[in-house]
Amino acid sequence: MTASGGTPRRGGGANPVSLGADRAAAERERRRRRGTPLLGTPRRAAEQAPADRSTPAAGSTPAAGTPASGSPTPGTEPGARPRRTRPAARPGRSPVRPAPVVTPLRRDDPVETVIDLVAEEAGQRVVEALEATRPPRLAVVPDEPVPAGPEDDPTPPTEDLLPSPLADPDGTAHLRDLLLDAVDFVRRRLEGDYAVDEFGFDAELTERVLLAVLRPVYRRWFRVELRGGDRIPADHGALLVGNHSGTLAWDALMTQVAVHDSTGGRFLRLLGADLVFSTPVVGDVARRMGATLAASSDAERLLSSGELVGVWPEGFKGIGKNYRDRYRLQRFGRGGFVSAAIRTQVPIVPVSIVGAEEIYPMLADVRPLARLTGAPYWPVTPTFPLLGPLGLVPLPSKWLIEFGEPIPTDELDPGAAEDPMVVFEITDRVREVIQQTLYALLVQRGSVFLG
Amino acid sequence: MSRRVVLVTGVSRYLGGKVAAALAAHPSAPEVIGLDVVPPHAWMGGVRFVRADIRSPSIARLLEQERVDTVVHMNVIATPRSAGGRVPMKEINVIGTMQLLAALQKVPGVTRLVVKSTAGVYGAGPGDPAMFTEDSSATSPPRTGWAKDCLEVEGYVRGFTRRRPDVSVALLRFASIVGPGLETPLSRAFALPLVPGLLGHDGRLQFVHEIDAVDAMVTASLGDVTGPVNVAGDGVLTTSQAAAMAGRPVLGLPEVLAPAATRWLTRLGAAELSFEDLRLLGYGRVLDTSRCRDVMGFVPARTTREAFVEFLAAHGLRGVRPVVDLLADEIGKAVVDAVGAGRDGARR
Repeated sequence: MTASGGTPRRGGGANPVSLGADRAAAERERRRRRGTPLLGTPRRAAEQAPADRSTPAAGSTPAAGTPASGSPTPGTEPGARPRRTRPAARPGRSPVRPAPVVTPLRRDDPVETVIDLVAEEAGQRVVEALEATRPPRLAVVPDEPVPAGPEDDPTPPTEDLLPSPLADPDGTAHLRDLLLDAVDFVRRRLEGDYAVDEFGFDAELTERVLLAVLRPVYRRWFRVELRGGDRIPADHGALLVGNHSGTLAWDALMTQVAVHDSTGGRFLRLLGADLVFSTPVVGDVARRMGATLAASSDAERLLSSGELVGVWPEGFKGIGKNYRDRYRLQRFGRGGFVSAAIRTQVPIVPVSIVGAEEIYPMLADVRPLARLTGAPYWPVTPTFPLLGPLGLVPLPSKWLIEFGEPIPTDELDPGAAEDPMVVFEITDRVREVIQQTLYALLVQRGSVFLG
Repeated sequence: MSRRVVLVTGVSRYLGGKVAAALAAHPSAPEVIGLDVVPPHAWMGGVRFVRADIRSPSIARLLEQERVDTVVHMNVIATPRSAGGRVPMKEINVIGTMQLLAALQKVPGVTRLVVKSTAGVYGAGPGDPAMFTEDSSATSPPRTGWAKDCLEVEGYVRGFTRRRPDVSVALLRFASIVGPGLETPLSRAFALPLVPGLLGHDGRLQFVHEIDAVDAMVTASLGDVTGPVNVAGDGVLTTSQAAAMAGRPVLGLPEVLAPAATRWLTRLGAAELSFEDLRLLGYGRVLDTSRCRDVMGFVPARTTREAFVEFLAAHGLRGVRPVVDLLADEIGKAVVDAVGAGRDGARR
């Protein structure tokens, strides 16, 4: 508003920049277009207000705004809803709305009442659930310390349960701790009170939920037999290289369980294809489980910070191969994983997985459908697409996973990562070890499903 | 050594004003000249305000007369509405920078240039590396909005660096700046009843507190770091996590609808998210800040989480959190009441 008045005054003074009279008009125009960010404070407050008003409890606000309509009806009548019933045709409406018995909630109830009611209701449910589960409680001794968070619970559940018949006749203290822990877990999830690393890895969720769900599959469904679990480095980085198969990457998930359980809780950080991360939900879950993009920058960053990194160099060629090609290793990429290991001087641990080939035996690959959907392959298995979603249930083959002798890279010069001959030589060595181990394991396994 | 003379552009904007004031208050006491086309709205102690447009050729004369040796370019606007629309915003950002650099090129006395940029120049996409270093190339570069402007600004700055090798140039690429006084498209998104996002994708976000951003600009202006520098608070929050901290659910939009959705939101005045902002919320972007720490010698005082918590507190964003707290307490009490007779009932 003072643009025209302000400019000449400044120009006439000792201001070194004389903008000139002809610029004044342009100046005014520019100034009009250009906002005033520091004036933003009151405007922001005004914008803030509606957002704030609607947030604490969306249901309660309209009532607060219309006190007049709420006041004529006595608050003691539980079913009375003046604003609804009065304009509507009475005979038609009233039978539809019998007096609510369980929750005398009304629109103009304050939030606290609503919360109290919900909380009471929830508490009641918990009590009922407890009454139902109490008698057989001691019999159900979980053989895996899964649901309770061992890290923030001072008394691990397994220890708590053993002496409990004397000290804790019902096992109630343990059960209560479990429940309180679960309530706390859900609360922290709902309020965002948990940590995620730079790669999007959510250690708590992986440990307490995802691995807990996968572990029964590992133990009961695939009955995985593990060999050489002690060959995984306990305290420094390593690159685990495995054979890929099975249409869906169950082998990666099972290896993650195997690594976690045989190293006392280390996590395997998987490297996934671009497609994984551009797929909604799948990419998100993968990141939460600690996976990241199969790129040398990410791999080297993880390896040099001492993580265990898992890679399946065959990629889609391996996982999407026909059943008749089972246990025949495909091309091992371009050896990028070897370069990463050499550059970060970590050992390479070959991982041989037998059993994943049979979970979804791929009889044919419908190429046109794959091209249409942008998928790398479109499998036809004995159960898919014949049985629809049921075809997604993996066949319960017997699995053997063997971690091989680590192949050291620290005697090589880090510069050797640029030498294609060295890289090819190590790639071939890793591939050969895995192929030979696969043959040996197949002989040991005997039957596909009985083991 | 004689007293340094620092020229700060865009001082009538929030961050520009703060940077100018912080420079003036610095112990080394440089002389600070603030430049903008409108008078500042907050008093900046020790800053001499000069009213001029960076797009006018008189800037070169001003620089010579005042013997300016350091130029801090803060006049790159992130919010189209405060600039009066996308077109003037682009005009100010890109053409403004171009002309400022053209003026600088003719002034031999200038030895240092510091430009505020954004990490948005890296874009955001599913094929990105987990962390961007300063020399990472964008796998999905920004195509619209402020980040695109900054990409062009950085291009001109690189050209200037080639033409004037005697000037040491630093480019600060900031993660999303949040704070009590600042309003950005992203901070406004977290004040909406539903936080927009991309369906099935949960981006990793990083924030810098506005005070840390100002301190970083001051450190860079008076220091000697050259080239691009990433600036972000330590740590990461995912979009769903940040939304949960604000007590709001995330509304996942399918990516095909996302460009239209951002246009509607802007038209309704509910938000001014660009498509790039939505991709950031969906795919996320994390910066490797080791160059900031080790080369520039600057460590943000607040982590990403602390910066975001301060922002939420300053704006009173709590959403449904009180309800969740209460419910959890009530259920916890109910649990203790029901099974609390155990042997260590007093423990909790």
